[in-house]
Amino acid sequence: MRLVVDEVAVTLDSTPVLRGVSVEVAQGTIVGLVGPNGSGKSTLLRTVYRSLRPHRGAVRLGEADVWAMSARESALRTAAVLQDNTIPAGMTVAEVVELGRTPHKGDGRAPVQEAMRRTGTLALAGRPFGALSGGERQRVLLAKALAQHPVLLVLDEPTNHLDIRARFELLALVRELGVTTLAVLHDLDLAVRSCDALVVLCDGRVAAAGSPLDALTPGVLSEVFGVVGEVAAHPDGVARITYAASPLAVDLARAELPERMRS
Amino acid sequence: MRLPLLPSVVVLTVTLAAAMVVAVGIGSVNVPIADTWNILTAGTGGDPIQDQIIWEYRLPRVLLAALAGAGLSAAGVVLQALAGNPLADPQVVGVSSGASVGAVLVITFGAGAAGGLGVSSAAFVGALGAAVLVFLLGQQRGRLTPTRLVLAGVAVGYVLLAVTSYIQLQATPNELGAVMFWMLGSVVGAQWDQLGPLAALVACCGLVLTLYGRRLNALVTGEESATALGLDVRRARAGLLAASSLLVGAVIAVAGGIGFVGLMIPHVVRLCFGTDHRRVVPVSALVGAAYLVLVDLLSRTVDAPNELPLGILTAVFGAPFFLWLLRRDRQVAAS
Repeated sequence: MRLVVDEVAVTLDSTPVLRGVSVEVAQGTIVGLVGPNGSGKSTLLRTVYRSLRPHRGAVRLGEADVWAMSARESALRTAAVLQDNTIPAGMTVAEVVELGRTPHKGDGRAPVQEAMRRTGTLALAGRPFGALSGGERQRVLLAKALAQHPVLLVLDEPTNHLDIRARFELLALVRELGVTTLAVLHDLDLAVRSCDALVVLCDGRVAAAGSPLDALTPGVLSEVFGVVGEVAAHPDGVARITYAASPLAVDLARAELPERMRS
Repeated sequence: MRLPLLPSVVVLTVTLAAAMVVAVGIGSVNVPIADTWNILTAGTGGDPIQDQIIWEYRLPRVLLAALAGAGLSAAGVVLQALAGNPLADPQVVGVSSGASVGAVLVITFGAGAAGGLGVSSAAFVGALGAAVLVFLLGQQRGRLTPTRLVLAGVAVGYVLLAVTSYIQLQATPNELGAVMFWMLGSVVGAQWDQLGPLAALVACCGLVLTLYGRRLNALVTGEESATALGLDVRRARAGLLAASSLLVGAVIAVAGGIGFVGLMIPHVVRLCFGTDHRRVVPVSALVGAAYLVLVDLLSRTVDAPNELPLGILTAVFGAPFFLWLLRRDRQVAAS
């Protein structure tokens, strides 16, 4: 289902964190939310999964206003994979996935099995969550979100702490699920490869948005992220990011200094 | 090392029933088990003195022990989930200390000091007063956070402990003995008219909390995660604190400050049956009930004809077993 974040503003402890942010995620697409630390990415996600009420603006899922729903109604539509989970020691994988049935009524055995099957976690069902590898944990948390039967998936840095193969695997899995997804990603290359569109946040505002090629221009890379690089479409059809030999934009400014002095 | 749920519940229920029958028969006057059974099922065993001992003294005290064990254990589960802290128990959130102030006030200065309330009523009022205070101090802009809840509970507990200590200094040695006995907990003075309301409360809260188990599971995964799972975290925390305070307040009011049960039993049950609150709440109540019935039986037999307070035995027998269980379980040690 289509998600529209419309001119959302949030102030936390009298500091503006979001200053009128608009984001659109079309039905069935994956939109990546990128930006430096403190740019407001996680805060924006919180307004979407109905944890933090925006002071201004609206969040709409299809035709419905997320903030006019109850917490349960929202959880029946939107599922989130978050960074901070305190899963009690000894909780099994099946029990973690079953948490996704919290907003639903009645027995959830079938949806839990289905969610584990789709994420390839059925074989882990009886194992304690704490004994899993990082990649397995994220797949289980994704299964928990799927068991919620969401029309929108919200992912907050789902590939954090994962090795490179597990990162690609996780995003390939998200792509396979086909659910409308808004994901905060730190790894720009991963974002470029796996998202249909990117939204670049900087200091609580949208600095750029569009296809990965359009959003991450060399200008945005250096101004927002402070790195020198470019996104290019390769002949194989997959866009990739390449960083310069001296990737720090600050270094570039220093390198330019003698040139400016010369002029 | 998870135990199968259904057979375990059957075994535990039978154990509880058997323990209650045995506990009703044993005491300063022993009633043979066959006679006890007749008295309980037929109403009389032929000997009016034995009938009276069992109906008026033994049965109410055994029932109170079971209810107290069930109530404290179920409340302990909820308080640990609420505080996000495995060390939380009724004493940590200040409820026990509030009850102590009320009870000690009446024991020392008489009913007049507490507006004509008896020991139980004063303890109940004290417990709920402390719970309200902890609730008000533990929230910030309407949000009750686990850390603030525990800190507010500890702070309120210390202040109330100071008040209790001050009152105790004013007490005569006789009164002091009664105070000590009350604070360590006992079911010696169980009366039928107190059992009805307590049983209703324990049954209601136990049922509601069990039905709330799935949401408790969501709550322990953290505030953000629980919100994303559709839980109104603010309301859930307030409601759970109210239910558990009511439960603890009612038990302590009648049976005194029995410690360690609310801390230990939930851990034992989680180690044996996993962390799902839909199981942990009712099974903890069952195990807690059987445990306190047996502890009460010990309290009046190890040093007969003297009665020991329950709090001494729950600690002496409970703590070593608890530590042994924790050391055995590698999973807990690793986490």
